[in-house]
Amino acid sequence: MAFLELIDLKTHFPVKKGLIFRKQVDMVKAVDGVNLAIAKGEILGLVGESGCGKSTLSRTVMQLIPATSGSVMLEGKDLTKTTAHHMRSQRINFQMIFQDPYASLNPRMTVYTTLAEALRTRFPALNGDELTGRVSELMERVGLDRRFMRKYPHEFSGGQRQRIAIARALAPQPKLILADEPVSALDVSIQSQILNLLKHLVRELELTMIFISHDLSVVRYIADRIAVMYFGKIVELGRAEDVMDNPQHEYTKTLIASIPKIEKRG
Amino acid sequence: MPLLEVTDLKIWFHTREGVFRAVDGVSFSAEKEQTVGIVGESGSGKSVTCYSLLGLIPMPPGRVEGGKAMFDGIDLLKCKAKQLQAIRGKRIGMIFQDPMTCLNPYLRISTQLIEPLLVHEKMDPMAARKRAIEVMEEVGIPDPEKRFEMFPHEFSGGMRQRVMIAMAMITNPEILIADEPTTALDVTVQAQILSLIKDMQRKHGTAVIFITHDLAVISNICDEVNVMYAGRIVERASADELFSNPLHAYTRSLQKSIPAMQIKGQELYTIPGLPPNVSRPIPGCAFAPRNEIGDRSKCLTDSRPPFEEMQPGHWVQNCPGCLA
Repeated sequence: MAFLELIDLKTHFPVKKGLIFRKQVDMVKAVDGVNLAIAKGEILGLVGESGCGKSTLSRTVMQLIPATSGSVMLEGKDLTKTTAHHMRSQRINFQMIFQDPYASLNPRMTVYTTLAEALRTRFPALNGDELTGRVSELMERVGLDRRFMRKYPHEFSGGQRQRIAIARALAPQPKLILADEPVSALDVSIQSQILNLLKHLVRELELTMIFISHDLSVVRYIADRIAVMYFGKIVELGRAEDVMDNPQHEYTKTLIASIPKIEKRG
Repeated sequence: MPLLEVTDLKIWFHTREGVFRAVDGVSFSAEKEQTVGIVGESGSGKSVTCYSLLGLIPMPPGRVEGGKAMFDGIDLLKCKAKQLQAIRGKRIGMIFQDPMTCLNPYLRISTQLIEPLLVHEKMDPMAARKRAIEVMEEVGIPDPEKRFEMFPHEFSGGMRQRVMIAMAMITNPEILIADEPTTALDVTVQAQILSLIKDMQRKHGTAVIFITHDLAVISNICDEVNVMYAGRIVERASADELFSNPLHAYTRSLQKSIPAMQIKGQELYTIPGLPPNVSRPIPGCAFAPRNEIGDRSKCLTDSRPPFEEMQPGHWVQNCPGCLA
């Protein structure tokens, strides 16, 4: 059985016009019939251009946006059918990492408070020394020095902030991680550090990850399988090497042809 | 004589926290029709270098501590504000990373596009309109007559960048400075914009100074590439030469750390440590503390490594540790 299964998932947004008698004039089909099965421990790369629906898809999986139809099955349970209350308690099982670590961390919370809050969602009884111990354990796991515990986000560089964001995502011991363009805002040299870290963590903690990016060369490197999304639909799905070396769909071909390549001529 | 020649440029920022040597002795030149690339990480001083050529550095805190930037017999760093105004936007054009923040959201594209013509060429508005519509067509904006009267928010990111290019190219500048023009765009749109810049360059014989942190983009578009680190140029070579035969440890580390050039599953190389703090003078080799690929122990510590031509056209900071 697949760990996460999306069955004919649709998320549509109505477009309304008029001030008083709001009539529905159109429908934006952001996610339009997606079928996908992800195995435990897999890294699935989701690529596509801006506006193709990849972020809406990830937010629908998280149940942050309600699905119009279809179902999201996590370990055999349909998340679209669960109550809002039950969903809240379920949400600690999947965590997100966002693109911009400047915007996704609360500037008024120290690393300690950020991580402690995240830890307490899973372990409400944690306190005192035990909590401090868990926080420093998390920080070490993502390659941050525990001395930085009492510092605020603005005191860190972009790469370090992304490490804090990753630590926060790991704190409640999630089963699924959705990384939405986690390295797009980072410099090349920092990007490689974060990619290595994510890869290690997934293997060590047996996580399942959906890695969203528009950068095919990054996705090729990190993902086991690649799903190419175009206008709300998955147009191609396959092993990363197969998709990159032997693309079938026209859109995938265009996408791969547009990546600037470093040619070693000589 | 090159079209633009920058020698030993130094731009320092004097702040309460100290003196930040953002650009510390940079020299490069650009010929007609040549594309010169400047690559480096954020904070390496690549944008400051180019902004200073157009007098766009806020002074204070910024200050030109030395150097020359000769353009057609005029030193851009020392000339009068009025003289610079006649050059900026007319003979040297510039496009920026984010086309949304660079266009005025309150003004129609028409108003913004004809402004350089009214200011610099003293054209009458009707003729300027005609010319502007021509340029819009040239940069590949469909239905230019209709789109001409629209506002920036009615354009997509790629179309906005086309408007920016039209605006910069409308006066047929001799130099176009492009500061990360495709970083905010999708890959397919990026490919279109890059080929558009190439087309415009070929048609008008413009020299392009291309700033980016993306090595792959640089390798595709540039003739000559300058690699910047901590306010200095560490290596310069033709794009082919730089990627097939990188000499400096920093260039080699960068190439090892990009996923595109690695075999899947292999650990990516990471450069240890952080870029140096430029608020303190660095007497020796700036890359020494992070140099793992070369031989750190041989890096110069008391004198700055000289920038020397190792092979014809291939310049590098001659630090024994970084070349090892």
